Amino acid sequence: MNDHHHHTRRLQLKTIPLILLSVLLGPLGNVLLGKGMKGLSSAHSNRLLDFLPLIYHALFSPVLWLGIACLLGFFLVHMLLLTWADYSYVQPATALSYASVAILSYLLLGEVVSPLRWSGIALICFGVIVVGRTHPNTTGIVP
Amino acid sequence: MLEGVLFFFIVVAGTGGELCVSRAMKSIGEVHDFRPSALLRFVLHALRLPWLWAGIALMALGFFSLLAILSFLDVSFVVPVSALSYAVGAFGAKFFLGERITRHRWLGIAIVSLGVTLVWLSRH
Repeated sequence: MNDHHHHTRRLQLKTIPLILLSVLLGPLGNVLLGKGMKGLSSAHSNRLLDFLPLIYHALFSPVLWLGIACLLGFFLVHMLLLTWADYSYVQPATALSYASVAILSYLLLGEVVSPLRWSGIALICFGVIVVGRTHPNTTGIVP
Repeated sequence: MLEGVLFFFIVVAGTGGELCVSRAMKSIGEVHDFRPSALLRFVLHALRLPWLWAGIALMALGFFSLLAILSFLDVSFVVPVSALSYAVGAFGAKFFLGERITRHRWLGIAIVSLGVTLVWLSRH
């Protein structure tokens, strides 16, 4: 039993930092991608040819590349997590990105976050803690 | 009718895709080595797994369905979608991946999806 607890603890020690990293990288990548796309051009056009210079400009947008790098990093971390942690453990935990989005937009952009939203975020955190107290892996890796 | 089909794709293809990626990753087994060269080998190994590609294709289908439905329906439509995908994900994890979901974990998942629903509702 003690061994089992030790194993749970060890897995949590490598799972939790990676989950936190993924809920930071994902939203950050999305924001940068959005910023990069908006910075390109606001010309509204339906002609396919008008998109060609847009694609050319996109190749030289550092913000866009940074966003893509963040999203690739997010996917890598997500894949690494799933090599040992249950999907039913990781999926609810990724909802923490709602919290990181709210905190970042409050701190960096000074946006007002409504009480309803904060209470939803508090519920998410509580739910993730409840899931987080279960063993991260239930599919037969014997400690 | 079209809404129903798109709704189905968003929930089932989106979550199903993640389940397929999960299955591919489980077959690789726990990664212990996080040095860049080992991570590169890990990625190359993953890219050879059919389950990974099936997962990416399904996730893309779910993503484009979401874009399509948002082009003619209100964002509030996403509310039941995001809550449902946690339930579908948990059932998929149990029956497709063989994970053991204790009562404790069910409770946590239910609380999380309730919280996500509140966050989506607060957008209006």
